[in-house]
Amino acid sequence: MNLLTSTVGRKILMAVTGLCLILFVTVHLIGNLSVFAGPDSINAYAKALHDLGPLVWLFRLAMVALFAVHITFGLQLYLENKAATPDPYAIQKTLVTSFSAKTMIFTGLIILLFLLYHLLHFTVQVTNPSISAVNNLDAIGRPDVYSMMVLSFQKVFISLIYIVAMGALLLHLAHGISSWVQTLGWSTGPSQDKVISIGKILAIVYGVAYIAIPLLILARIVN
Amino acid sequence: MDLTLHVWRQKGPQDIGKLETYKANGVSPDQSFLEMLDEVNDDLIKAGKDPIAFDHDCREGICGMCSQVINGRPHGHQERTTVCQLHMREFNDGDEIFIEPWRARAFPILKDLIVDRTALDVVMQAGGYTSCHTGGVADGNALLIGKPVADYAMDAAECIGCGACVAACPNSSAMLFTSAKVAQLAVLPQGKPEARRRVRAMADAILSEGFGNCTNHYECEAACPKGISVKFIAKLNREYLKSLIPSSMD
Amino acid sequence: MKLVNPSNKRKFKILVVGTGLAGGAAAASLGELGYNVEAFCYQDSPRRAHSIAAQGGINAAKSYPNDGDSIYRLFYDTVKGGDFRAREADVWRLAQVSNNIIDQCVAQGVPFARDYAGYLDNRSFGGAQVSRTFYARGQTGQQLLLGAYSALSRQIKNGQVKMYARREMLDLVVVDGVAKGITCRNLVTGEIESYWGDAVILATGGFVNVFYLSTNAMGCSATAIWKATKKGAYMANPCYTQIHPTCIPQHGDKQSKLTLMSESLRNDGRVWVPKKAEDCDKHPSEIPEEARDYYLERKYPSFGNLAPRDIASRAAKEACDDGRGVGESKRGVFLDFQASIDRLGKSVIEGRYGNLFEMYEKITAEDGYERPMRIYPAPHYSMGGLWVDYQCMSNIPGLFVLGEANFSVHGANRLGASALMQGLADGYFVIPYTIAPYLASLTPGQIKTDHPEFKQSAENVKQEINKMLSIKGKKTVGELHRELGSVMWEDVGMARSEASLKHALKRIPEIREEFWNNVNVTGGAMELNQQLENAWRLADFLEFAEMMTTDALHREESCGGHFRTEHQTDDGEAMRNDEDFCYVGAWEYKGVDKAPELHKEPLNFENVKLAVRSYK
Repeated sequence: MNLLTSTVGRKILMAVTGLCLILFVTVHLIGNLSVFAGPDSINAYAKALHDLGPLVWLFRLAMVALFAVHITFGLQLYLENKAATPDPYAIQKTLVTSFSAKTMIFTGLIILLFLLYHLLHFTVQVTNPSISAVNNLDAIGRPDVYSMMVLSFQKVFISLIYIVAMGALLLHLAHGISSWVQTLGWSTGPSQDKVISIGKILAIVYGVAYIAIPLLILARIVN
Repeated sequence: MDLTLHVWRQKGPQDIGKLETYKANGVSPDQSFLEMLDEVNDDLIKAGKDPIAFDHDCREGICGMCSQVINGRPHGHQERTTVCQLHMREFNDGDEIFIEPWRARAFPILKDLIVDRTALDVVMQAGGYTSCHTGGVADGNALLIGKPVADYAMDAAECIGCGACVAACPNSSAMLFTSAKVAQLAVLPQGKPEARRRVRAMADAILSEGFGNCTNHYECEAACPKGISVKFIAKLNREYLKSLIPSSMD
Repeated sequence: MKLVNPSNKRKFKILVVGTGLAGGAAAASLGELGYNVEAFCYQDSPRRAHSIAAQGGINAAKSYPNDGDSIYRLFYDTVKGGDFRAREADVWRLAQVSNNIIDQCVAQGVPFARDYAGYLDNRSFGGAQVSRTFYARGQTGQQLLLGAYSALSRQIKNGQVKMYARREMLDLVVVDGVAKGITCRNLVTGEIESYWGDAVILATGGFVNVFYLSTNAMGCSATAIWKATKKGAYMANPCYTQIHPTCIPQHGDKQSKLTLMSESLRNDGRVWVPKKAEDCDKHPSEIPEEARDYYLERKYPSFGNLAPRDIASRAAKEACDDGRGVGESKRGVFLDFQASIDRLGKSVIEGRYGNLFEMYEKITAEDGYERPMRIYPAPHYSMGGLWVDYQCMSNIPGLFVLGEANFSVHGANRLGASALMQGLADGYFVIPYTIAPYLASLTPGQIKTDHPEFKQSAENVKQEINKMLSIKGKKTVGELHRELGSVMWEDVGMARSEASLKHALKRIPEIREEFWNNVNVTGGAMELNQQLENAWRLADFLEFAEMMTTDALHREESCGGHFRTEHQTDDGEAMRNDEDFCYVGAWEYKGVDKAPELHKEPLNFENVKLAVRSYK
């Protein structure tokens, strides 16, 4: 199928999966921010999600598929591009591209590694069993997600992992958000600069909001 | 003015090249960059050395033959200018100038600064045309093409096929070059009947010719001596998406 | 006229040398008809041929503006513009197919300028009082060439045309008086290669690089047509060279080429010089209106700034000879847009000529909107070329010549926007018809590269190359080319006299002599060697220049681009001599250092009355 082999087809797949992942990141962020509203709020949110039952697994499968496509083609395109590019110029100069665009593969891989850790940490909950929410219920018998988060992020090492990873996410989104607009053919000449700026601003919003959680907990502003 | 040049010298496609240093003294600011190189070559010839080989032809900025990366920028630092139109008044006395060929796997170096750009021709052969016969076509005014559409097509058609976009692209992609032709023919009624086939065939030729994939760095647009916009790449992407919609007539 | 049966076409092989408008269009059209075509160009891609540099436009007798144009008027204007030295029938055919060209290019997707209603737009050009020029911004040649290139690409993809880029034709192979192939050098490997064909088409452009500084591309040369001349083809009217009036003046002695700016600029620009020589160093804005001499408007009130090229060029030369030239070199005249900017606004002028103003600024570092541009004439086009009959076949059977390389339609002067028209007419609409009767008369593929003539030709080419490489003298090819150029420009340029031409005839063999004894061509034969390429092109110019000068000396009249100072009216206009020179001068090569032999083809005008060409 041309979509899976063509240079444009795969780019479009990257954009579409990327867009879905941005949506996921958005929803996930809104959920996470409920931590600032106190233990009741985020614990209720977590319980509501869990009570969806089979839908959770459907959602998880979809996420795996999205990630699989995004990562597979991302790596494939990267390797092809490497192969198409010979030795660098004696003076290597770029004019308009950004650090984030040039480091997509690296920020992507950092996010992937983080994702594995994150799943072990908060979903499977095997890295710090003593504070896991499954083992610690709150006053009304719900898994105490709030305490798990607060106790985790009070550890400098864990917070640092999250902050670095969210920094990578920020960079990844800084190129990714405006990129899908171009790839899906929605950008036009005059609007292009604006799209790029909006993409960068959004990426900063995402990044700052995500980083705020471990940072504020670490700073004992939230506890 | 006096300049120090570091020029890529390579005997042939199989040889290993390296930068060599030359002096260009008494350069006049009114000289073009290529005229400055002509003089360096005259000196080399008189010293019994092999002059620097570089592609050039019209020296008016339209044929697309000249192709040098000057201080890391295809066609040099002056915006919307080919090497042949770059003048020495853009440089200062004492400058060090690095001159290298286009670098991309799809453009093998033939000698010194000369590369083989046949791959671009092959991309065109994949579909950069309307399949009209010679003769037997309709009157030119039988097709009405509004000025905005004609202007859009002309903006895209200004591409001179020099390959600076490839040379500037971190992925050595020929997407800007390809998109300019796809976009030109996609908006014109003459090109519409073959639009679906064209965009796929040309996009596929990019990869089979050894160019990389576009990842939206937009370095191509910044390097393009004709200012071809990356909006045409967006247009190509859109055309490709359209080609995915199944048609009962295919 | 005989035709070739469709199923027989694939048995024939045709070689096309040059891939500009004429060659590219011919290769594409012949390939589409079913012939096997092999096409050759010295550039790295067929899309780079110098047709690409044409800016202004292409003429056609569509009469879309309803201003009284017709095929007859285009025909008449072209014959008159050519100073009655073109073959009437060829011009008539050209005018007839002119409209088809526009339609063809539109079908290919050439983005011609359109108006808001979507109709094709026209502009005016020199030598015509109607608006019949179609254009694509300032890049008409580029767009037309890319159209032909796209058609060619399609045939290459289909396998009907085999493209050989970076090849230069160094000899024509003639077997028993019939053209049967070519010998090329592979410019990358240095290999000498032989190619056979049932017919050979030369579309290799013009020869004005004989002046060294010209508007032609650096690689443009007379080599292909000169090799054909040496194999017996007649060279017709080589003295008819066009000096284009609107080029950017030369600066310094290190310049490698001159840059043309479209004649269309004269639609809105007014040409002037100061009335008094002492004003020449002043800033143009300090020179009041009454101290300016708008000499074209003064001398030619009905055509004004749109006088034909030869006339505008000579008028500029006269003004500068009179000491009233402007700029550092004093070889320049003003092209002033102030009146048009005042009338139409800067944005309109920018829309029409923006890219030309940009180009001017890049080269001169002056802003053409702020102060008038400076322009000066420069060698641009050769009306003369290989002699061909009405079928575009030279006197060597099987050798066809198209576009600028032949002599046929422009007479002694070409009108603006007519070169593109001729190239495409020859390639799309003439040669596909006229080659058929010739091919129908032969058995295809009879002589191939194993014929001894091919080996002999390849051997001769190798010998000549080795000879050049072995000289190892003191002068570079560039220096010798400059020497030849300055002789040709001074003595055989815009104004020629018996004395100047005789001087040139003395100097050319001297420079040739020096070339063959004192040139230094570096590098080897079997590698990419640009010095060697330049060397053989110059070697051919050094022989060709002599024939060109001989033609100019023999033509005791002034007509079009050929102006003999002995033959002018009291007010300095060209004086033709129809009594003695109303013929095509076709020269037969007789050997180096031997005088060529003149053959005359009388010109008969049946539809146009010979008249003094007046643009007053």
